[in-house]
Amino acid sequence: MDFSLFPRDLFAEVDRLQRQMQQAFELSPSIRGFARGGFPALNVAGTPDSVEVYAFAPGLDPEQIHVQVEKGVLSISGERQSDLPPEDDERWSVHVSERYSGRFHRVVTLADDLDATEVQARYRDGVLHISIKRREAAKPRRITVN
Amino acid sequence: MENRDTVSREAQTAQPLALVPPVDVVEDEKGITLAADLPGVPKDKLSVHVEGETLVIEGEMGLEMPRDLEATHVEVSRPRYRRVFSLSRELDPGRLTAELKNGVLKVRIEKAAHAVPRRIEVRAG
Repeated sequence: MDFSLFPRDLFAEVDRLQRQMQQAFELSPSIRGFARGGFPALNVAGTPDSVEVYAFAPGLDPEQIHVQVEKGVLSISGERQSDLPPEDDERWSVHVSERYSGRFHRVVTLADDLDATEVQARYRDGVLHISIKRREAAKPRRITVN
Repeated sequence: MENRDTVSREAQTAQPLALVPPVDVVEDEKGITLAADLPGVPKDKLSVHVEGETLVIEGEMGLEMPRDLEATHVEVSRPRYRRVFSLSRELDPGRLTAELKNGVLKVRIEKAAHAVPRRIEVRAG
């Protein structure tokens, strides 16, 4: 059985260890807050032809999600409205409130070999899937030896 | 090998095999409304059911993924969700409705008729 959503590789493994370290010691968060976590959660993966970014952002109107690629940085932003009733409304009592609400903004630094003009974004079942093609010239080519 | 490694790590850290979705739970006079974030779960892979006095929410992701995918950064590491809630007596599991939209599940459970608070009119004597 495969317990992992994404196949792991060495980098993911190193990444995981770093995260554990960070969680254990709360090491220096970056100036924009913690480099990890937050809303939406992100998975990034690569293929020989593209980089695939999955943002787990449920409950949004796709037209309200702002996706931008500029200067090698992919940025995903928007706002998620709270579903909770207003606090002063006495007809309701809120027992649990764990879901994120408010503005969000996450960025992913892209590798140099990506083509900012070849970006596709789809929103389905609350997951925003962004696919960015690698530049033709950057793809690995097999050189024939004569 | 990779799988075995993952399994042994599971056993060591005793992590659950499913993600626990964040929820909001709100109650009004007539019932309880629960909202759960289940991004990636399509309708046909969602299960909401009542077992005895517990409400069980389970979902499996159905992400489209290209071949030869290698993860470089992973925050969501499991393809499934599961969360269990105990229901209190006054809730009527027979009157449960569930709706899934854009990865957000909304469950409404009505209170049994006898449990709905009735306003007793006080008449002036």
